[in-house]
This record gives sequence, structure tokens and C-alpha cells, in this order.
Amino acid sequence: MNRDRQAPSKRRGRRTDLTVRKEIKDLVSPDPNRRDLLIEYLHIIQDKYGCIDSKQIGALANLMKLSMSEVFEVATFYHHFIVVQDRTMDTPKKSIKICDSITCDLFGSEQLIEAIKGKNAHKDLSIQRVSCVGRCDRAPVAVYVQNTIEHASVEKINKAIESNAVAPDQPKCFSFQEYGNANGYSIYKECLDGSRSVEEIIKNLSKSNLRGLGGAGFPTAKKWEIVRQQPAPRVLVVNIDEGEPGTFKDRFFLEKDPHRFLEGMLIAAWAISAETCYIYLRDEYAGCRLALQHEIDLLVKSNTFFVPKIELRRGAGAYICGEESALLESLEGKRGMPRHRPPYIAEKGLFGRPTLAHNMETLYWIREIIEKSPDWFASQGRKGKKGLRSYSVSGRVRNPGVYIAPAGTTAKELIDNYCGGMLEGHTFYGYFPGGASGGILPASKADLPLDFDTLESTGCFIGSAAIIVLSSNDQATDSALNAMRFFARESCGQCTPCRVGTNKAVQLMSSENWEIGVLENLATVMEDSSICGLGQAASNPLRSVLKYFKREIRDAR
Amino acid sequence: MPDSTFRFVIDGQSIETSGEETILEIAKKNSIAIPHLCFKEGYKPDGNCRSCMVEIRGERVLAPACCRFPIDGMDVTTSSQRVRLNQHLVLELLEADLGGKVLEKEERPSELKLWMKHLKITKNRFPLREHSADAIDTTNPAIKVDLNQCIKCTRCLRACRDAQANDVIGLAERGSSTKIIFDIHDQLGDSSCVTCGECVQACPTDALTSKTNHEQIKPKKTVNSVCPYCGVGCLLSFNIFENKITSVTGQNGPSNESRLCVKGRYGFDYIHHKDRLTRPLVRLADAQKTSDLIDQRDILNYFRETSWEEALDIAAKGFSQIKEEFGPRALAGLGSAKGSNEEAYLFQKLIRTGFGTNNVDHCTRLCHASSVAAMLEILGSAAVSNQVSDVLKTEVAIVIGAKPTVNHPVAATFMKNAAKNGTKIVVIDPYRSELTRHAEYFFQLTPDTDVALLNSLMHVIIEEKLYDIEFINKRTIDFEKLRKCVKSYSPKKVAPICGVTAEEIEAVARLYANAKNAMIFWGMGISQHVHGTDNARCLISLALLCGQIGRSGTGIHPLRGQNNVQGASDSGLIPMVYPNYLAVNDKTNQNRFEHLWNVSLDPEPGLTVTEMTQSALNKKIRGMYIMGENPAMSDPDLNHARTAFSQLDHLVVQDIFFTETAGFADVIFPASAFPEKTGSFTNTDRRIQIGRQALSPPGNAKQDIWIIENLARKLGLNWNYANVQEIFNELRVANDSISGISWENLNKQNSITYPYNADEHKSESVLFQHNFPTPSGKARFIPANYTKADELPCESFPYILITGRQLEHWHTGSMTSRARVLSTLEPDPVISLNPADIKELGLREDETVIIESRRGRISSTIRADSRIQPQTVFMAFCYRDAAINLLTNSAMDPIGKIPEFKFCAVQVRPEG
Repeated sequence: MNRDRQAPSKRRGRRTDLTVRKEIKDLVSPDPNRRDLLIEYLHIIQDKYGCIDSKQIGALANLMKLSMSEVFEVATFYHHFIVVQDRTMDTPKKSIKICDSITCDLFGSEQLIEAIKGKNAHKDLSIQRVSCVGRCDRAPVAVYVQNTIEHASVEKINKAIESNAVAPDQPKCFSFQEYGNANGYSIYKECLDGSRSVEEIIKNLSKSNLRGLGGAGFPTAKKWEIVRQQPAPRVLVVNIDEGEPGTFKDRFFLEKDPHRFLEGMLIAAWAISAETCYIYLRDEYAGCRLALQHEIDLLVKSNTFFVPKIELRRGAGAYICGEESALLESLEGKRGMPRHRPPYIAEKGLFGRPTLAHNMETLYWIREIIEKSPDWFASQGRKGKKGLRSYSVSGRVRNPGVYIAPAGTTAKELIDNYCGGMLEGHTFYGYFPGGASGGILPASKADLPLDFDTLESTGCFIGSAAIIVLSSNDQATDSALNAMRFFARESCGQCTPCRVGTNKAVQLMSSENWEIGVLENLATVMEDSSICGLGQAASNPLRSVLKYFKREIRDAR
Repeated sequence: MPDSTFRFVIDGQSIETSGEETILEIAKKNSIAIPHLCFKEGYKPDGNCRSCMVEIRGERVLAPACCRFPIDGMDVTTSSQRVRLNQHLVLELLEADLGGKVLEKEERPSELKLWMKHLKITKNRFPLREHSADAIDTTNPAIKVDLNQCIKCTRCLRACRDAQANDVIGLAERGSSTKIIFDIHDQLGDSSCVTCGECVQACPTDALTSKTNHEQIKPKKTVNSVCPYCGVGCLLSFNIFENKITSVTGQNGPSNESRLCVKGRYGFDYIHHKDRLTRPLVRLADAQKTSDLIDQRDILNYFRETSWEEALDIAAKGFSQIKEEFGPRALAGLGSAKGSNEEAYLFQKLIRTGFGTNNVDHCTRLCHASSVAAMLEILGSAAVSNQVSDVLKTEVAIVIGAKPTVNHPVAATFMKNAAKNGTKIVVIDPYRSELTRHAEYFFQLTPDTDVALLNSLMHVIIEEKLYDIEFINKRTIDFEKLRKCVKSYSPKKVAPICGVTAEEIEAVARLYANAKNAMIFWGMGISQHVHGTDNARCLISLALLCGQIGRSGTGIHPLRGQNNVQGASDSGLIPMVYPNYLAVNDKTNQNRFEHLWNVSLDPEPGLTVTEMTQSALNKKIRGMYIMGENPAMSDPDLNHARTAFSQLDHLVVQDIFFTETAGFADVIFPASAFPEKTGSFTNTDRRIQIGRQALSPPGNAKQDIWIIENLARKLGLNWNYANVQEIFNELRVANDSISGISWENLNKQNSITYPYNADEHKSESVLFQHNFPTPSGKARFIPANYTKADELPCESFPYILITGRQLEHWHTGSMTSRARVLSTLEPDPVISLNPADIKELGLREDETVIIESRRGRISSTIRADSRIQPQTVFMAFCYRDAAINLLTNSAMDPIGKIPEFKFCAVQVRPEG
């Protein structure tokens, strides 16, 4: 590979293929001043061609006045983009993605992947393992292009391939018309016409004890106050990048009643005088996206009241973009790598502007809180907790699904009173109280109230309230390893403890005998020294196993 | 600047700070060692490696010291058990990720290894990553890539993207697959990498290393100096082992901030080339002079080696005889803009006092003579008004007739940095250079139509009353003349001439005029025309019209070519002026220098470079002394020029190599290369900087100052300089603008901008703030009308030839063709053509073609380059075997006397 001399006729570096450039220009017509739309452009190319080749990357870079590496590094960061050097006959044109995260794993995703790999020798089909697609109540789940196949089986997948069923199912949600008829947007209109003040709204939110429902639980009213104090222009960001394994509550609300959160969003935007609202929706929810875009268009076009600029953006298969600062990077068209704090995004967020970022569900409750009174909401909790929680329950229960229950409901109550008990032949063994990152609790801890700040003593947390129930047929170590694999795959790769740590943890945890001392040290460095919550929480399931399920493991020493 | 400080605690020690430095920086200053790998001074901290984690009381998790700023009362612990465990683990993880065994490595001491030793890490408890052969890439001639050794700290990425703004390196994929890539995951040698080596300088491990074998040797000494190539004047250090340069490191100079380009970093080994002249040579009596070039291998068929004594004798005798027989004006000297200020000063002093004539010039004539002429007549000064780095402070920067990414690469990095920071760049050039990617507007101008375009910009600005009337009234004269002149240059009329749309012309006119501050940079695309002076006049008028001159971030800057063009000109290497531009035909000036030099001087201005060649042909010039210049390659219409040199009765050439010009010599003095001598050099920014001797000249080669001085003595001058400092001190007497700068101070500071006020220790980085150095104190508009090139394309010669330089080669290639990395990157002559033209001519890319003008022809390989306009041809003048100056037109700008290197008519046809 050692070359002596440059061929004289050669100019260094790839040249833009003018034919491809024209194709891309016609297809995407990228605005060179909108670098933030890079991911959207990549989606358009991928949607049309099934993958993105290097000539297209070169052409897109040229059109956007970016360097080739700047486009390539973004495209390869996101797992939904299939980047190939050259488009050949063998280049996959379609993809079948099979979820292998915790719940799907419990329901046989490994066997499904093996079976599909063996049966489908289609050259133009790429078979991808993917992280949680947010349908854990219907595990295992596969996605053919954009068509989600629930309770997936080889037969169902083959049928989809044969009938070329690639389109997503578009949910039938409560429409703009219907929502309006049901007194929708009247609170927002009252805000606009001056009959409600920002102070009053914030006071009510404060009274209701509404907290960030993405997982961090930061008091909503306080967040608004902080952002309001920052100099304009300010922006609002809605996080619907729901990706925590076991979580599907946002999809649940989105499929049912998107205008309820849109009204909350408009009220928040009004309260902080945001110029633009950015909605970041995970790409796995393709059907929701079509429906949501349709409803947003109706809202904007209705022209009956002021609506700020709304941009609906697609994620591209990266759990880390649920982390708010990584999400902002992604909105700016970059690799979704979390930022350092300080500065906090409330001061310096999207495009350097003060940013109010909310999980969708947080905004969803605003109308009801104002309508029914903050006290009504606050009084919903149990065992000293306040408000309602939307628990996504999956795993070994009879009726998995999203259950809206008082904050502080216990796992046992959820299983028995909401989910119809355990599945036939399964005995309750343990549970993830907050998705993959919330750790694992044994059945003996099933009576703890599930809410923010209640599980700290156990080393676990509720996060997005994703309860994955394990039975005595399962091993906590298997699920912990599955979770660690998930974090290793989803790590953005920025900091050492997370990039290398998750990878080494997977290797050590895959071993028959665990090097417990080394793993404990590793968990400490990941918790103490990772940049963001992903790395800091990635060791929770490992810690839980060491704490509550030690009988399952053998120390190497 | 903060006006208050506060105190915080590190490891129990209370420290006062302004809050502007990070914990890591403060710890460093207080001798507290905190491991760090992804942090590199001068780069934006990234905080990704997590080896610098410290504990801050009251915080849940640890914090990266490289990114965190202390606040009042903060309590930081850098070495508690918790902190040490984390730092230890991070390094252990990184080592495991490199496959372990870092401590056993013999290669250059990587930073990872140093910190592992610091923390006493001796074993690794993690599974080690296996090395992959795919991760090794040796396709670049200078840089070896081994990503097995990469810790993903992104220092190389920040080097490539934030510092040099070349944007080749990226960070692709994610998780444990995260990897450094070039372009679209290409091999480095196939990528668009320009081999600036900033990434190698930045890498803390062995992932990116220099391929030069010398690199592994630990240098015995390092000498701080300046880069010998272009006018940017990057500070660097030569790393020396046994009288050889083993590598070059960028130093934090004001014009480069530790950056270098491929020439500066990898182009140093020419000085050790076997072709170096090491003994004086005199021409054999029977060695006929013809216009043909002499091959290096045949030197001894034409010359014999001799002693310095004899060589100096023959050289001096030859000059004396001509002087006696034909008078002093039959002699001439060509000095060099590659030499130091002291060399330039001594050289012109020798010609003026020893030869007794003002026939002394240098290659500025071929670069910026027209710019200098226009600036002198309009502004009264030819110096740049603002330094390159001012581009970081400006709102709009016009870059016209220049390819800084190629010819001033490090200056270009500042322009690109500015663009990334919001400065709007307007590039105006027939060539779509790399800088255009960063530009808000790019006018791919029809060659030679600059005056029309610039007049049209001014037309719009006057029509729309966007000009600065206050500035015009207070600081200029003859505005009405300009108004009248540009009246007929409406955008609508001019657009088709220039190949730009009228709307774009209007937009750029408004952008420039309305900017709070704006700068104009230009290069030889402006100056090297028969109307080069007119081009420059229009640019200066544009700046004056909008009051865009004389403020911070607001001014004009002709980008100087050679490393000491500014200094050589300042030091009097110009036929019409003494040092500091004092006209020779002014009695007061003449008296001043007669007094200083203690001789009587010729009051007649002398001949310019191109006039000298012409005069040699008609025997008006019979003897020449050429130091460090190679006119047999760099002059236009070379057949003509080479004939002229062959007809000289006596030619003395002083150089480090046997150049094409040396072949015509009677005596050849083996001289010193840049790192073999000490002297001051003035860069394009008016910064005087010190080049320090790093090693001694090879064999019997001598330092240039020694040679000039000894020749002077043989010519009867009683010179006796003790050292360089003494010459510098005499130069300070001759040149008032640097009189305040002492040698000691210069040595201490490494770089001082003039004008310099010694009493206040203050430099004036921005000129013309209050007035212009003209008799009235005002600038005078000199309008110019659009005229065409001397030789236009026609049916027989349908293509326009544009000459210039390539990134990897310097000037006539005598140095760079002998530098291994550079000549490997660009080994052979290439002629660049637009792909459409190649197709139309029925040619293939790698085919050899003949290119011919009315004056000469060459053959060369074709390179397809879509950045070139159709119907134009570009070639660099550095190739001996395909010297493009055989074709160029010697027609001159009447004022600047600069030849039209940027335009002549040629034909292109297949070979055979």
C-alpha cells in the first residue's frame, strides 16, 4: 500500500460526480445555509434509494458546502442510514430490522433473527438487529422498511416481504377537527387573548407538581421560569425520541391524541415567547410521523389563531438523541453527541439559544392541569406522591400496555390490578422499574412505590416508568447483559468510560465467571466520569445483579 | 478583561483567579499534575477522554478539569482515592482499547504512556482489543496512520477542522466502532488531505506519526526560527540531530498559532540534498555559453571547482573590467526576496556603492510591483494596512485574484476560521479554489476583467449612495474623477463581460459597502497583468470609497509571495529607491545615503528585472550579480531571457543549487540555505521575525553575508561587519520605520510589527488610522478604465494560459523538487484543463499534450480539473522539464513593470 509517487494526472481527493450531483439536487434541493437539515436530506436519499452511497454523500456535501467527512460522519452515526461505498447489484435496497432489546429478547427475538437470516438469502435485503422500537407490549417486533410487524414471526415477515408491505400503519388519532370540537385549544386561545397570564400558568404548573416525564423529573414550572429569564430569541424543543427499552407511552399518546400535546407545546412556546418549536420524533414511529405531520399541517393552515413556526424532524435510529443535548446536536444536523454542562441548554441550547426542552408527555398534561385544576392533578398520587404516571408495562405479564395510574403505584399493583397478573406458567422474579437504565429489582422489592425519588436507596430509578417484568424462567444476568449490549451499541462513542467501558463490560459479563472487582471498578468509573446520563446509568443493571441477583453469578476469583 | 478576581481551592490550596482559565490550566500553573490526553493547548477543550476528572465538593459526579472553570469558593480535589480510581481506570481502559503494552513501546514517548507512568499503572485487567491490519494506512508519503493506536481524543479532528479548517478528518460511526476517517472513509493518500501535518503534531499517541525516519530520533537540539517559504512567516522550530534537521515543529507565532503547511513541515530536507553546491565553481575557458540549459550531471564539463579566493578574484575582476570599459550602468544586480533583510541591504549597498549603479532589483518586480506602484501613488505607502489575522475581526472579506489555500496556506486557515465564525467571504477569481467552499459569494470571473467588475461594484455603491461621504470628504481627493469614470460601468453592462450576474454584482457591492468593517485581500491574479496597476488602483479606490480602511479589521492586504518580499523591498532592493522607499532621484535622499555610505551615488533610477534582461540582449548590460534568484525559470518568455543571460560578458550566480540560471554563470558561489544562517525577515504582515542558524553550511559553502562582504572587499570597499546584528543596526539607521526595533528586543520577542514606537514599546498593526503618508495627508482616487490583455486568444491560439503555483512547490522548484515528501506528492509537470475541454479536444486525462504560444512550447501530462474555467489552461512554473515561462508574454504593465504572467494565448494539441 506504500505508494512512491502520485500519478500526475490525478487530483487528490474524490471529485463530485456531476450526474449524481444533479440527481441529489433535484431530489433534495438542499439549502446550503441549512446545515441543520442534513439528517432530513439523508432521510430523503435513503427513502428513495434504500441506502446512501459515497457518490451521493460527496454530491450532498458539495451542494451543502460541507466537507465530505462532515456528511459521512453524520450519516454513519445514525443506524437507520445504510451507508455503502458503491451501489452494486448486491447493495441492499430494503431492510428488515428486528428488535433485540430486553422485552423482545424475552420473547424470542434471537431465534427469530437466526431463522430470518437462515431463510432469507435475499441479496437486496439487509437484516439488522436494532434497539427497542417502542412496541414492547407486542414483542417480538420486526420492521420491514417502515412497516412494523408486531408479534413477529418468520411467517409474518415473509408475508410482508412477499406482498411488499413496506408502508407504516398510520394510526387513526383524534383529529384537529375533533379536538377542536371537544373544547381543544381554548386554553391556548385564552393565553393569546390575554385572559390568562404566563405567571398564572406557571403558578398552576408549580402547584400541580408536574415534572419532566422523559425520565429526569425536573419541575416543569421551574424550567419555564429559568428559560424565560434568558435573553431572546428562545426556542422550544419537544422530545419524542422515546427509546428507553420498555418505553412506549409517548407513542401511545401520539397515536391517540396528538393535539393535546400540541396545545401544551403552544402554551409553553407562548410562555417563553419561542420563535420556533422543534419536534424531534424518533424515526421508528413512522406511522405516527405521517399522522402528526398531517395534524400539524391542519393546525397551521386553520389560521384561526397564532401558531409559531413548527418543524417536525426525524430521528434516525439513535437512542442517545433522547438525551436532550444530544437531541439538540441532532437538530443542528450533527452527530448526536451530548454536550458538556455547564452551560445548561436553558442558557445555551439549540443554535446557542436559550432552549426549553420537554418530553412530549409533560406537555400532554398541561391542558388537563389547567382545565381541571392543578390540585386535581396533584391529588392523583398515592403514598405521598403527586400526579399521574403513564407506566409502560411489558414482559411476562398477561396484558402488557400503557397504564395511567397514580404516581407511587407499586410493581405488584401494576401486575395484579392493571395487567391481569403474570403470564400463564410464569412466576414473578424481578423487574426493571425504569427501562434498561433504571436497574433491576427483585420480586421482593415489588411493594416500593414507583415514582421519582422513591427508589434511590436501591440504586435504581423510575426514569420513563418502563416496567419490564421478569419471571423465574428468566435470568437477571441475561437481561443485564442485554441491557449492557444495548448501551454499548447506543453509546455515542464520545467519552472513554462509556465508549470503552460498555464494550469491556459486555465482554466481562459474557464470561462464565465474572471478575466482580474489576466490574465494580468499571461501574464506578462509568457512573462518575461519563459525560451524560447514558454512560452514568449504563452500569445500573450490572450493579443490580451484583446487589440482588448475586446467586446467578460466579466470581472469577 | 475581568476586573475582579476570586478565590477557590485546589487540594486544600487557596488560589486567586479571574475565572477565565480552566481548572486544568490553573493546576498546570501551580505544578499540580492532572492527567490529560484530549486537551491540547490552543485547541478548544473537548473533555472526551475523561482522564482529567476531578472532584468538586457538592457535585454528584466528577468533572473534567479541562472544561470546567472555577467559580467563587469552589473546592476541587485532584487526587483523592475516588479521583485516582477514575483517572486510573480511564487510562487502563484506553490502554486496553489500544491492545495494551503501551508501556513497552519504544517509539516516541506518547502522552498516554507518560501519564500511565505518572499514575504507576503497570498492568491491565481488561480484555485487550485485537489489532487490525486494516487500521494501518501508509498511502500518504509523509504521514503514517495506525488507528490501532487511536484513543478517539479528536485532537487530530480539531487540528484538521478547527485549526487548519481543511475538514478532511471526521469521526465516523459510534460506540466502540467510533473511528477517525478521512473524507468518505478513504485512504489518506487518496483523500483530499493536503498533508499539512497539523494532525500529526496534535496526536498524543502513535496513531498519526511522521513517516520520515528521522522523526523517531530524539533531537539533540531545537532551534526556534521562521519558515523559509512564503510571506505568511510561520514561526517554527528546527529539530536537529548531528547537523541534520530531523523534523519541524510549528511554534506559536502571531501569524501561524503553531500551524504550518506541507512545505513548512515536510519541505525541509532540500538542504541536505546531494545536489547542494559545496565548492565555488568557475567556468572553463572553452565552455561556450548558449541559450540551452546545462544538466546538473554535466557541471564538470562546463565548470571547475576552485577556492573561494580565486572565485572571488575572478568575480570581482570581471565586474571591475566592465565598469572600467563600459561604465557602472553596464552592471546590474538581482537580489533575492528569499534572503534576509541584512542580506538584501548589503546586496543593494554593494551594487550602489561597489558597482556604482542603481541597477538593482529582485523578484518583487514579478509579483507585486504593480500593487506597490498603485499603493504608493494613492496612499503614499506600499505596506499592508492590516494584518492577515484581522480577518477574524471583519464582517466581510473580499479575496480576489488569490488562491491563499495554495499559496498562503496558513493565512488561508485564518480566513476559513473567520468564515466558520460568521465572516462573509467573497472570492473573486477565474479559479474555484478550496476557499470558495467557505465563501458567501464566488464570482468565477472571466480572466482579465477585474477592472470592469470593480468599477461596476463602485458604480452600484455610488448609484445607491452607499459610499462613506464623511471619509471621502475628510480623507481623500479626486472623488469626482472616480464618480465620472465608473458611471458607465452599470452591472447590466459589465455582467456579461465578467461572467457574473448583475444581481450578484449589486449584492456584493451592498454587502461590502454596508459592512461595519471589511477587508480586501489580493494576490498575483491582480498584479500580474499589463494593467495590474489599474487592477490595484480599483481595489484601493473601492476601499477608500466605502471608508473601509484604517480601522481594526478594516483595510487592504496584498498577500506577499516570498518570505521576505516586504523586507527586501523595505531594505532597498529596488532600482528607484533606497531603503524605506526613499527615491534615488531626490537630492536630499541621495545626500543622506552618500553620507551614510561615504561614497557618491548615481542619481538615476536603475533598471528593473525585466529591463535588465532586455538590456543584456542589446548589450547595455554586460555584467550581472544574481543572488538567490532564478530568472532563467521565473522570467517570462524564457527563450528570450535565456538568450539574454547567455550573452552576458560576466555573470556571477550565488545559490544553494545549480539552478537553470547558474548554467549561464562565469562564477558560481555556493551559498547558505535558510537554516544555515541568522537574519531578520519581514512577513506579509509587516512583522519582523528572526531566522536563527540551526546548522552550518555543507562543505565549503558560505553564508551569503560572508560572500557579499568578501566580494565587496575585492571591489575595493572597506567593509568589516562583525556580525549580523551590526548590519541590522546600520539598516535601522537607513530605514526610519524600523529604527526603534533593537536586535535584542527582536531576539527576545521573536516577532515585532513595524511601525514600532520604541518609547512606548508599541507596534502599529493598523496603518492609516488618521492620515495617509502623502504630502497632503489624504489619499488620491486614481480611476482606471477597463482595458484588455496584451495578447488575446485567436483562432490559432484559442486558449488562455494562466500561470501560478502549486501547494507543494515553491517558485521555480529548486528547493521543493529536492524535498522528498513534496516531490513525491507532485513529482511531474501537469497542465490543468477543464474536463469539458479535454473531452472536446478528444483527449484523455493522463495523456501528454503539447501546449504552445507564439514564443515557445512544452509538453506535459493533462490533469482534469473542473475548478478551472473552460477555454483556460493552468500550469505552475516550477517544472524545469516543462518550463511554462517559455510560453508566457513579457509584455509589461507600464507603471509597475510587471510582466503579464496571468494571461497569454496558447494552443493545446495532442503530442505527435
